[in-house]
Amino acid sequence: MSADLSYTSIMGRSTQILKKAVGINYDDFRLGALAFDYEKMMGEVGYGIDEIQRIQLETGVGGTPIIELRNVTALARKLAPKGKGARIFVKDEAVNPSGSFKDRRASLSVYVAQQKGFPGVIAATSGNYGAAVASQAAMRGLKCIVVQEVFDSRGIGQPEIIEKSRKCEAYGAEVHQLSVGPELFYVFLRLLEETGFFSASLYTPFAIAGIETLGFELGTQIRKQEGVAPTVVVIAHAGGGNLTGTARGLFKADCPDTKIIGASVDLTGLHMASDYDFNRKSFTTAHTGFSMPFTTWPDRADVPLNAARSLRYMDRFITVKQGTVFYMTEMLAQLEGLERGPAGNTSLAAAFAIAQEMDENAILVVQETEYTGAGKHPWTQLSFAAENGIDIKYGDPKEEVAGKNIIIPEHSRYIQVNEVPMEKVRGSYLRNAIDKLPSKTVTEIDLDYLVDETKSSREFVEKILVESGISIGLK
Amino acid sequence: MKVEKTFEGRNNAKKGDWAQIFQVVLKPSQRAPQLPDDTAKVPLTCLVKGFLTDDADLGDMVTITTAIGRTISGKLVAINPSYNHSFGAPLPGFMRIGSEVRRILKDVS
Repeated sequence: MSADLSYTSIMGRSTQILKKAVGINYDDFRLGALAFDYEKMMGEVGYGIDEIQRIQLETGVGGTPIIELRNVTALARKLAPKGKGARIFVKDEAVNPSGSFKDRRASLSVYVAQQKGFPGVIAATSGNYGAAVASQAAMRGLKCIVVQEVFDSRGIGQPEIIEKSRKCEAYGAEVHQLSVGPELFYVFLRLLEETGFFSASLYTPFAIAGIETLGFELGTQIRKQEGVAPTVVVIAHAGGGNLTGTARGLFKADCPDTKIIGASVDLTGLHMASDYDFNRKSFTTAHTGFSMPFTTWPDRADVPLNAARSLRYMDRFITVKQGTVFYMTEMLAQLEGLERGPAGNTSLAAAFAIAQEMDENAILVVQETEYTGAGKHPWTQLSFAAENGIDIKYGDPKEEVAGKNIIIPEHSRYIQVNEVPMEKVRGSYLRNAIDKLPSKTVTEIDLDYLVDETKSSREFVEKILVESGISIGLK
Repeated sequence: MKVEKTFEGRNNAKKGDWAQIFQVVLKPSQRAPQLPDDTAKVPLTCLVKGFLTDDADLGDMVTITTAIGRTISGKLVAINPSYNHSFGAPLPGFMRIGSEVRRILKDVS
């Protein structure tokens, strides 16, 4: 008898499909109505940071250089008040085998899949992660399937995602190019069930532990080179894995006081599941369409419990406009001779503005770059945006409205950031958590968990709970 | 030595040709609930590439063997499909950024 492959049926089997495909029983970590033991779940990885570095070295992952952006720093100082303008460094993750930090994220999953005897791996991703999984799978002799959201209903593909299809196919992967819709997850589950492959989800403990080496290396390199920990690390923020893994790694490198800033491209107003809006955005990752929902509720991913929990680590959350990131991409190429991104330069754009608030002796590290190429390049994206009815203008990007126009800064002084108030983000998280509660009472365990989840205080959490009519009961 | 054939404009394919198939994965009525209206009214579709297992014409229902050796069926929509994404057209305004930032750097503040 063949299994029912309808949407409802497959989604109904998701827990059992994922349990088999990840090899983790997520129920083992649950502590309360909301609470689960996050560190115990991360412990499921079973390897310390030294062992993970060794595993990554086997496939050429990691050990990326840190480059001081002297000219970009000098430019920021020209625009900053006297005595301001932190030194800006970048960790050149583009030199990883498939061209981004995502190799770190894929490496451990593919290694574990190989160790456990799975014949192949599957990832549902339209980003660099697909190429990373495909590349790692090629190195370890595993089969690979990548499921991507590529086209709108007119059959028009986002050039950046078409480039990522090409790269996955270049490494020998079977690529499923889908039209727009969240049922990407359904196709992913259906393929997992059909093939018995390992789920190389972006959100397992393996994926996040793989990124910890980035933060660990970064902290260690800066300490060795400059004798101090980085003052600030700016991280391009989407689903939360990059931020979570990097922050955890920095902590392990004895940099507990380094401030963690998440930066996303502002796509406010565009609906991520909309067929019409799909080709009206010029960034397919590191944008608010992912970072807002995932920061304020991480457990919406393709795993029962998400290992990427960015709000636990984030000190500031910043947005920048699309035009600003394109400008910064050009500046990086022209002033530093590094042709990278553009999506990976989201954090660099934020860094350029943030550095101007900081003292000259402070150290600001942008923790990634990504390869560029046909499809990704600003020219491709800006031409494509124009073809899709977006106005390309020059002026103050503050006026930019995603889906309507892209405003390239007329001058470097227009590179500015928008602060997302952390209290508001934490409040949104708590209200999402309250919606998931089975009753109007939380236990002490849940309360402690919510404080950890929001990097806030007991008072703050209690206040929001009380305002929402939730009482705190005994265990 | 065997010469690679060009596929330009051909609408009949041979067994073993690299090809692209199209599938309707979910009809509008089968899609997830709570989709925006524009997405809900169109099907979820999929394109996959592989080697044709038999001779076929464009538009035929065919079977392909993918890069990892799995067989998948769908409608034949392209024979030897190319990647057509590019670096796009130059943007003169954008290209002035380099000289502009170098000018600011040289300015005595």
